[in-house]
Amino acid sequence: MAFEGLQLPMLPLHGASPAWHARVETAQLPQVCRAVRDQGGRLTALWGADNRDQAGGFSLHLILANGDGALWLTCRLDARNPAYPDLSQWFSSADRQQRAIHDLLGIQVEHSTAFVDRRPWLSHGAWSGSEFPLRRDASLENTSPPGTDNYAFVPVEGEGVHEIPVGPVHAGIIEPGHFRFSVVGEKVLRLEERLGYTHKGIAKRFSALTLKEGARLAGRISGDSTVAYAWAYAMAVEAMTGTTPPPRALWLRALYLERERIANHLGDLGALGNDGGLAFGLAQFMRLKEDVLRLNARVAGHRYLMDAIVPGGVMRDIDRAALDQLAAQCDALEPEVRTLREIYDDHAGLQDRFMTCGILTAATARRLGVVGFAARASGEAMDARRSPGLAPYDLLDVRVSTARSGDVAGRVAVRFGEVFESLRLIRAIVERIAPGRECMELPVPPAGAPGLGWIEGWRGEIFVALEAGENGRIRQAHAHDPSWQNWPALEHAVIGNIVPDFPVINKSFNLSYSGQDL
Amino acid sequence: MYQLLKQVFDVGIRTEPPPPPEESLRVLTQRLENEILRLFNGALAIRQVDAGSCNGCELEIHALNNPYYNLEGLGIKFVASPRHADMLLVTGPVARNMEVALKRTWEATPDPKLVVALGECGCDGGMFGESYASRGRVANVIPVDVAVPGCPPTPAAIMQGILTAISAKPAATHD
Ligand code: SF4
Repeated sequence: MAFEGLQLPMLPLHGASPAWHARVETAQLPQVCRAVRDQGGRLTALWGADNRDQAGGFSLHLILANGDGALWLTCRLDARNPAYPDLSQWFSSADRQQRAIHDLLGIQVEHSTAFVDRRPWLSHGAWSGSEFPLRRDASLENTSPPGTDNYAFVPVEGEGVHEIPVGPVHAGIIEPGHFRFSVVGEKVLRLEERLGYTHKGIAKRFSALTLKEGARLAGRISGDSTVAYAWAYAMAVEAMTGTTPPPRALWLRALYLERERIANHLGDLGALGNDGGLAFGLAQFMRLKEDVLRLNARVAGHRYLMDAIVPGGVMRDIDRAALDQLAAQCDALEPEVRTLREIYDDHAGLQDRFMTCGILTAATARRLGVVGFAARASGEAMDARRSPGLAPYDLLDVRVSTARSGDVAGRVAVRFGEVFESLRLIRAIVERIAPGRECMELPVPPAGAPGLGWIEGWRGEIFVALEAGENGRIRQAHAHDPSWQNWPALEHAVIGNIVPDFPVINKSFNLSYSGQDL
Repeated sequence: MYQLLKQVFDVGIRTEPPPPPEESLRVLTQRLENEILRLFNGALAIRQVDAGSCNGCELEIHALNNPYYNLEGLGIKFVASPRHADMLLVTGPVARNMEVALKRTWEATPDPKLVVALGECGCDGGMFGESYASRGRVANVIPVDVAVPGCPPTPAAIMQGILTAISAKPAATHD
């Protein structure tokens, strides 16, 4: 069984993938975190909540995961002086999430002899330092006008070192964020990211919605992963209502998820070719991606499949003729993508840009808790579709693509591999899809019921954790994007590379700003 | 290798003329090209600002440059600096954390300037609305000429929005 030897009273949670819930004391956190880490587990989501209205003080929530399942820990914190030990001692990915928790709730990391980064993360001065927007008694009426940002970047000193600040508004069509490069000549000594610019109060917004309405918001946390979020959200609602959607709905969800994976990989492979000096690649891949989007619109009503997945199933069924069209598109795409891969592989200029560029070593990936295709390109064969797995993937024998090099070339190779695997999966789904209804009505869950959703999106694993409120409302919602763990990996991957290689390294990861800014 | 590359390039160019557009898209494209020629000497410079979007709208702006829509071919260029821009294309509800950056970009754009707000979010704040973290629609922060609905708006809808904005502009004011 997963999470052995923790000596915690773990309650199995209902849901599509194996998960347990346990309450812990802050004093137990160090021992639990160490044990899970030593068994190869990782910290994914970390967030806080204000339960003072239910005489519960504050709480800290952790999702720990490994190949066998997920463990959701809830830790009660003091109402007056909420604090907990610095979890980044065991899981480096805790750092930015801890800072976000402080900005939103005023929950502190305990004083420690080790260095704790206490700089703000999501707060850029738009709300004052003593007001915490996710506290239930926050007035937030006199939010200050956002002023100038005096964020304390880490200075890099030495002969010939200079800084290049970039953003938040970038030159291209990219989400906003700030990058500060410290360089000597052309060479990057250090990159420091500052994110949070697109923070739009998603957690607070969720708690004003019904469980039904929340699906629409979940699908807009990171538009490029709308299917993955909508599925994770639906899975969480189904878990809290103790229901399992009809099999046909699950097959259709997997179909959508693989189409989302293909669309994103195609777009990024094109952009990577372009950044590497092969504009031809961009035009070709973007054409293929457009074909995918258009067929999405025809068969499911939306180019990016937004709102196609709803709690209880999917919005509409797909008939046999449309399913056959989807399979036929796979047959058309496959040879084209193969040809493009050969061109990429044979193009000396591209290979020169991709190979040994932006290396993320396996050791660094593991230490940072990197997930998704970025981890797979650094040799970690993790994929939630396979382990712990969920229906209908358990019937499809998902083949996980990996590479060992950890460079841009490795991430490109894994993305190509995943496109081919998704094409295979779609054909298998079209062949094997179960008949029956595509959606079911869900009962109203009891207030306080928890639900967890866990989906391997194209970028990596996405979690949605929900707590039911009264009468089908949301009391608490937290959505976790894999970009939280992978953004710090980008900082590492660029070290020692030249500044002009940054765009191609950045694109090879293509992380979400909106998904981590929330 | 060179042979393979050459062959694919050749074949590629021969067998892939720009996909035939639907009639409505063809008409739209033609009008857009004419107006850009008439009002902007054939070159419209757009600065895109993501003021807090979910990144869905950005996906469709990227799609505008695929061979189906080929926006660059019509004389529209996305530029890296607001100082060179005729138009700002703004997505998202305006996140409080982006308010200053958006205003600064708007101020740095020379007059006369056009602002097109994209998407449900740009029109009315969308799912995010107004809150401690979001100022809601783009017009709450800078003047907007045209707001394009849709979540995200399709590439054709974005092109239509750009066309509407430039058509309303008096030709004489542009040098
Ligand atoms: S309009 Fe829709 S796609 Fe565009 S930013 Fe808003 S939620 Fe995302």
